[in-house]
Amino acid sequence: MTTAAAKVETIHFPHRHLLTCEGLSANEINFLLDLADKAADANRQAGKKRDVLRGRTLINLFFEASTRTQASFELAAKRLCADVLNMNVSTSSVQKGETLLDTAMTLNAMRPDIIVVRHHSAGAVELLSQKVDCSVVNAGDGAHQHPTQALLDALTIRRAKGRLSGLLVAICGDILHSRVARSNINVLNTLGARVRIIAPSTLLPAASERLGAEVFTDMWKGVEGADVIMMLRLQRERMLGSYVPSRREYFHFFGLDDEKLARAKPDALIMHPGPMNRGVEIASTVADHSRSVIHDQVEMGVAVRMAVLEALARNLPT
Amino acid sequence: MNANTKSPNRTVNGATHTGPTVFFNARLVDPSSNRDEPGGIVIQDGVIADIGPHLRRNAPEGAEVVDCMGHVLAPGLIDAQVYTGEPGNEHRETLKTASLAAAAGGVTTIVVMPDTNPVIDQVALVDFIQRRARDNAIVHVHTMAAMTNGLKGEEITEIGLLKRAGAIAFSNGKSSVANTRVMRNALLYGRDFDALIAHHTEDPYLSQNVAMNAGEVATRLALPGVSKAAETILLERDVRLVEMTKGRYHAATISCAESLEVVRAAKANSLPVTCGVSINHLTLNENDIGPYRTFYKVRPPLRRDEDRVAMIRGLASGEIDIIVSSHDPQDADDKRRPFAEATDGAVGLETLLPAALRLHHSGELPLPTIVRALTINPAKLLGLHAGRLVKGAIADVILVDLGQPWVVNKDELRSRSKNTPFDESKMQGRVLRTLVAGNTVYQYGC
Repeated sequence: MTTAAAKVETIHFPHRHLLTCEGLSANEINFLLDLADKAADANRQAGKKRDVLRGRTLINLFFEASTRTQASFELAAKRLCADVLNMNVSTSSVQKGETLLDTAMTLNAMRPDIIVVRHHSAGAVELLSQKVDCSVVNAGDGAHQHPTQALLDALTIRRAKGRLSGLLVAICGDILHSRVARSNINVLNTLGARVRIIAPSTLLPAASERLGAEVFTDMWKGVEGADVIMMLRLQRERMLGSYVPSRREYFHFFGLDDEKLARAKPDALIMHPGPMNRGVEIASTVADHSRSVIHDQVEMGVAVRMAVLEALARNLPT
Repeated sequence: MNANTKSPNRTVNGATHTGPTVFFNARLVDPSSNRDEPGGIVIQDGVIADIGPHLRRNAPEGAEVVDCMGHVLAPGLIDAQVYTGEPGNEHRETLKTASLAAAAGGVTTIVVMPDTNPVIDQVALVDFIQRRARDNAIVHVHTMAAMTNGLKGEEITEIGLLKRAGAIAFSNGKSSVANTRVMRNALLYGRDFDALIAHHTEDPYLSQNVAMNAGEVATRLALPGVSKAAETILLERDVRLVEMTKGRYHAATISCAESLEVVRAAKANSLPVTCGVSINHLTLNENDIGPYRTFYKVRPPLRRDEDRVAMIRGLASGEIDIIVSSHDPQDADDKRRPFAEATDGAVGLETLLPAALRLHHSGELPLPTIVRALTINPAKLLGLHAGRLVKGAIADVILVDLGQPWVVNKDELRSRSKNTPFDESKMQGRVLRTLVAGNTVYQYGC
């Protein structure tokens, strides 16, 4: 399945943290995807565990509620035999008024090896990474970055299509608030794909044409000839007349249904980072389509996170 | 005087026609083709089959002929701001009575405002208006839909679906959107659908509980006044938002020289900005209020005469795009109150053209400039195939006697409400005949 399999394994990932996809080289990304490819195959075996992280401690520090991503990181770490601590922020000292940096220093004193952080503010994870001695993985900071999501999307596409270079990928939905979109634009561009972003103008950030993607406000035109359609989740509070008038209107003009899907290539992949709003950004028939790889994305999520943890662990002091 | 109600052809479209009708011996005035010359037109099957000076005297064999006696033949007028009471306040005006008033005033297309009860903010209500208009109105009716739900200025409406259902533009009716973010989103979201946002600009905080224009007259009458800056402040804000969003924007009714300056600058910057003025602000000023005459209480309020003159200059220069009647039927009971408590609004469909002709007779504006702002300009603004007296165009045509003197009698108005500021006013010029899609829907004296 992997075209990159021929690539030499000597390339490595020379970073202490994974905070952003911006600036990652194609070699570094491919290195992670190759590692993840192997992990994905291993995850389908009965014996899933390898002791790459034995003796290491990983803390999942989620300031923003997330079941799926947190579970995916936890599973990835456990398959590599790490000890995992899930910090439930709603019952933690953060609720008692502790600052982000005090929380970071406190956790640092417990000598973890890797902290996985999600925070609602852009830049918060980077700030935290400056104050700790361990590795930090960004599991989403505001609308800024979600590197493992972009990597798992790239892996899903690579496994289905055999490559990313030259593919036309249409990302559609709430670009303005989306860390998934920003991370994916970085990774896809680096790997040589052509990227389009599609949204109503109210859900496009200023100067979006400077992000390295073609901008469309007409979805019918935007998905024309696409190899991959990546739908984004639209949060409920944003479809009540503020950014978008109603879910009915949003679905009509920006929901992926069979009619709009027919504009894409006949073998176009359908993707969604989840959780989906059926009948808002995606029709049920499309979500369950034979070309939908939404469940593959979840599977690749665990594999990519294993690859990231393994790559970072190689750089940890022994 | 109620020719229209007796007219056999009650529908706008699909009436029966046998042969052609020739209107000869007319003065053809059509700003869309820069035509102002003697001639005639041939109407067949609801469209203008021929037009030109060659039809001045001669009529083809077998045609029904109408001698225009040298009077003006012009495109039917388009009024982009008409309030009705349907649905919800049918005692003030229905689509039917508004259309009767329109026909008598030479207005062949009206755009009805969303300020009804319920507010026109849903696809089903646009459908309702169009169905009721099709069945009851004798002129073309288009719908201006609400740009925010319930005209509350909080949530933008389904602009895409409403436009698809036939909404011609989007307005917040008589109220202004105070929330800058909502206004930005309406313009930005509307741009994706090439929607026209027509906004009444009056700062809602400055204009709270005011009765008229601030100044000496208001002070002498001891009425709470609103500075014209309330209008200009919001207009300036909106122009900034247009600069940011590039959304299509129309200032519904400007009323002062400073607002005209803002529009002028916006147009000079090639922004997609247009503006309109109501007939009241072209022909009346705050002095007309005199001893608390509530029939002159309108919004925006009547200003000083300098501002009225500025509006006329704006029309002459083309900086003001369209003239509207701002027809706003109100109960006599709601008008006959102490000035500060009386409702705003004046009917205007039937007096729109005669009042505008005052500017022609006084030499303030040439006739084609007036007609342009009432025909081809609103047609272009709203994307209508109307307002043109050319071969192949739908035969929405009016015959106007420019010279005939008459006195307005409010009791003879076809509008269900009689709140005209022109009652007992002397007018010169009136509509003799109105045709919608080739059908005569009004004929003076019949």
